[in-house]
Amino acid sequence: MAAPQFKNPVVRWIDYRLPIFTQLNHEYNEYPMPKNCNYLWSFGAIAMVVLITMIVSGITLAMNYTPHTAYAFNSVERIMRDVNFGWLIRYIHMNGASMFFIAVFIHIFRGLYFGSYKAPREILWMLGVVILLLMMATAFMGYVLPWGQMSFWGATVITNLFSAFPIIGDHIVTWLWGGFSVDNPTLNRFFALHYLLPFVLLGVVFLHVAAVHVHGSNNPVGIDIKGPQDSLPFHPYFTIKDTFGLGVFMIIFAGFVFFAPNFMGHPDNYIPANPLVTPAHIVPEWYFLPFYAILRAVPDKLGGVLAMFGAIAVLFVVPWLDTSKVRSANYRPLYRQFFWVLVVACILLGYAGSQPAEGIWLIVARVASIYYFAHFLIILPLLGKLERPRPLPASISEPVLKGGGRLATAAAAKPMEKA
Amino acid sequence: MRSLKKVILAAAIGLGLTGSAFAAGEQIELPKQEWSHSGIFGTFDRASLQRGFQVYKEVCSTCHGMSLVSYRNLTALGFNADEVKAIAAQYTVMGGPNDAGEMVERPAIPADHFKAPFPNEQAARAANGGAYPPDLSLMAKARPGGEDYIYALLTGFEEPPADVKVPDGMYYNKYFPGHLIGMPGILQDDSVTYTDNTPATQAQLAHDVSAFLAWAAEPHLEARKQTGVKVILFLLVFTGMMYAVKRKVWADAHH
Amino acid sequence: MSDTTHPAGGGGQGGHEGEGATRRDFLYLATGAVAAVGVASVAWPFIDSMNPAADTLALAQIDVDLSPIQVGQSITVTWRGKPVFIRRRTEEEIAAAASVNLAELRDPAPDSARVQQPQWLVMVGICTHLGCVPLGQKSTDPKGDYGGWFCPCHGSHYDTAGRIRRGPAPLNLALPEYAFLTDTSIRVG
Repeated sequence: MAAPQFKNPVVRWIDYRLPIFTQLNHEYNEYPMPKNCNYLWSFGAIAMVVLITMIVSGITLAMNYTPHTAYAFNSVERIMRDVNFGWLIRYIHMNGASMFFIAVFIHIFRGLYFGSYKAPREILWMLGVVILLLMMATAFMGYVLPWGQMSFWGATVITNLFSAFPIIGDHIVTWLWGGFSVDNPTLNRFFALHYLLPFVLLGVVFLHVAAVHVHGSNNPVGIDIKGPQDSLPFHPYFTIKDTFGLGVFMIIFAGFVFFAPNFMGHPDNYIPANPLVTPAHIVPEWYFLPFYAILRAVPDKLGGVLAMFGAIAVLFVVPWLDTSKVRSANYRPLYRQFFWVLVVACILLGYAGSQPAEGIWLIVARVASIYYFAHFLIILPLLGKLERPRPLPASISEPVLKGGGRLATAAAAKPMEKA
Repeated sequence: MRSLKKVILAAAIGLGLTGSAFAAGEQIELPKQEWSHSGIFGTFDRASLQRGFQVYKEVCSTCHGMSLVSYRNLTALGFNADEVKAIAAQYTVMGGPNDAGEMVERPAIPADHFKAPFPNEQAARAANGGAYPPDLSLMAKARPGGEDYIYALLTGFEEPPADVKVPDGMYYNKYFPGHLIGMPGILQDDSVTYTDNTPATQAQLAHDVSAFLAWAAEPHLEARKQTGVKVILFLLVFTGMMYAVKRKVWADAHH
Repeated sequence: MSDTTHPAGGGGQGGHEGEGATRRDFLYLATGAVAAVGVASVAWPFIDSMNPAADTLALAQIDVDLSPIQVGQSITVTWRGKPVFIRRRTEEEIAAAASVNLAELRDPAPDSARVQQPQWLVMVGICTHLGCVPLGQKSTDPKGDYGGWFCPCHGSHYDTAGRIRRGPAPLNLALPEYAFLTDTSIRVG
């Protein structure tokens, strides 16, 4: 790649000494994207925008929040009542957490469907799993900060998970709490970490983006770019496409913020924390429900905890569990069906996690948990051996050019640009 | 660990004592009310809020505090600054210390929070047979069903079914989880005399005070919805334009 | 990044430029303008959230009862987190303040512009140099060479109307907005 010629002399002067503009131009301007990437590929950019939104709204909230058990609840209510636009910023932050998980879950399932984790993108994928873990830790600690009933009891239950480990378990829990129950020291450290982790997350996101730019994005066909006819420059084609996708996403986001801000929350969190009264029915935030269901599906305490952490740990090794050479599920008739079974299993786990762990929903949670692990540990390795993939096209532009494909039809349907 | 078990045990006993049956997951259907503030374009009915404040002031506030609401917030109900000042001045609060180091009583000012009926939780429990009347500031957001639940609760006192034994100091309520509540059915026809000649039926009183509590829990509801309409309209226009731009940009990409 | 030219946009393939390109440019500009408006509107709530909140503003006015203050005494009240000096001046102090030649002053202001009623001097008690609180409120305090206030940090001397007379401070002590509610009470703010 030749260094671009910048017209602006100031830009040229800086770039000669610190080539950030060359870098930006290379990575976000002329960076070649497979031309067939659909709107599912917008969710990476959407998640990035939501992360920035969370950091900006979070910093503004932190300016008015007091991390002390005696003041935390009222300081949040002061934000809701007295701080200018405080209600807006807090509702953005509350619902933004959910929107972040929605975007990232779609991003992950897109990766699973199109085999985006396969060589040479294993590290890219593993960085993504690290991002997911950081998000979960950050979201969990953030939910504790308003110091409502769900905050307190959620923190109590989740930190108690670590007591499942033999011998050292109780010591770990005491260490996490900084005392003998969830109390002011716990709240203080959760606030400190809740402020810190998003920036760690941002750092990992940069690594994630750097990794994707080494070999380029995967695409719905799952074969590499063979030449310039297969790709389009990132700008304007995908900046524009992603911005449109972002606009649609933002309409949904705004719908929650302005018209159903507490829809994804829980009424009990508007009751100040009370260490003497446990709410009748403790549920985590919806994005943790599938993992919560796996935890409760295992009758043994330590087993449940290990299964729950295992559900994420297994994602790290997916690139090696999937033995198929074909990336895209569009060319894997059997894998495609199992993929949708996995989606259904995850949704069932989510619903089961929201119900009391008894009766039919406990059974559903157990069956779905077994499928979840079987999918990754048994089905993926076997499918690569047993499945006969459909023939792959010779290049990305082939199905686009030679007709028949979805994209070709869409292109033909576009009205000709004529004055 | 041991302390946690104690806490959970205490909690379990506490729940058991209130005779709660909601661990069994019993679902109580709440009748839906019409609220002027529901819906996308909903706004509060100021007259109803003022009446609801009167109900709170004359009935509820004997036992229930609203610690998150200040007298100055009442301007949102349509009271002017002088009226708010007069309302605040009806209450005396502890001020000071003065130069001699003594705490002195002074009339409340608009910047003060609503005066609490009891100095602390223990005093509240002692005066209410061991039950703690919860703070009402966020009640409409802290219970499933919100203002519908409050309305149902206030109008849901009735004779217990034959098989339910109601202990002393407890009352039977159709809509309370577990049905046994420490609060008597205090809201009756004409419990309050409205100044605007609205008939003070029990249903009207319950409706007004529920609307008032909905406002107290979400005072920026109107601004939120009005901003929301503008934001969504903006996003629809912008996203529509982005779609047109996207089609133009991509028009020559498929050749 | 808009510095570099692109193969896209203008469309190297099509022969029909002209009118189509103009309409396209207009669409791009219009969309960009709408996006800019959106970004600016989103920025405002975050900026405004750093302004004083409603509960802070509610305490931004205070009523002060002046009746306990004797002639020659001062009190300090807190307003918006800052000390406000209220001094009931003696006849001599008023006379001294009124007799100053304005040409000598660094920040010229007649005594009549410093007070609403000659007896009552109400000022923000913050030195205009670097923000210390000057001495002179208590009878035992040093009052500086001009009988008013003296800032111990860097030696600024203020006179009996709170005007800067000597030392590094550039301006007179600031006057808050206030109004007399009755003869013996004022509202600051």
